[in-house]
Amino acid sequence: MTDDGEERADALFQALADRTRRDIMRRVLKGAQSVTVLAAKYNMSFAAVQKHVAVLERAGLLTKQRSGREQLATGDVEAVRSVASMLAELEQIWRGRIARIDELIASDSDQED
Amino acid sequence: MPVTDVKQDLDNLTLSITAEFAAPVERIWQIYADPRQLEKVWGPPTYPATMVDHDLTPGGRMNYFMTGPEGDKYAGYWQVTAVDEPRSFAFEDGFADLDFNPNPDLPVSKNVYTFTEHNGGTQATYVGTYQSAEALQQVLDMGVVEGATSSINQIDGLIAA
Repeated sequence: MTDDGEERADALFQALADRTRRDIMRRVLKGAQSVTVLAAKYNMSFAAVQKHVAVLERAGLLTKQRSGREQLATGDVEAVRSVASMLAELEQIWRGRIARIDELIASDSDQED
Repeated sequence: MPVTDVKQDLDNLTLSITAEFAAPVERIWQIYADPRQLEKVWGPPTYPATMVDHDLTPGGRMNYFMTGPEGDKYAGYWQVTAVDEPRSFAFEDGFADLDFNPNPDLPVSKNVYTFTEHNGGTQATYVGTYQSAEALQQVLDMGVVEGATSSINQIDGLIAA
């Protein structure tokens, strides 16, 4: 994988490594959402929600447009599904499996000890 | 973390992951040879796997389904193509309907799992190859928006695990 690809995968994963940001992504993938309306759904300040939106925007996962006084955020389905992000995502699935194998064999030695 | 190397080959749509386990090769083989152990490691806790048929022999078939948090079920199969117990096996991984009839519209990936003795433990190499970027997309998710959303849900599950 190229350095660019690595950096992109890192950015995607960092952006998605937060529960609130994953929740924001689920909402904006369904269609454009006003940032103000989004912010009202979370128990945190508007500025904090705006920061989360900015992180997702920098990772290329959503785009923002202005509509009058509103800022609209839209999820970029293609970005979520880009090959690099998909391979990175697959990697996480495999890492999960490997971690479970490790747990399973660790429980063998617990029983022996 | 026992993962020691990850190689992503974007041109050949191949993902290779190497991991080291503190157990002999035979022990790691057992996980794949025993459906009860395999289902413990295959699906994440939010999408547990149930192995319905399990035949780890050349030409053998493994049928399984995964159950989502809302009771939604996704069926898949492994068509075993080669077995060299306990060192390696190869299979094609595809999607099926809930009666385990392969779905010809969904892609099949080729997989080779290899286990070698290393520093008294096992070095496992998992190599998966997809036919096309489109195939890779379908493997991760079906449908467009729902798919992207479910991918994020899966990350959720993995991080929570």
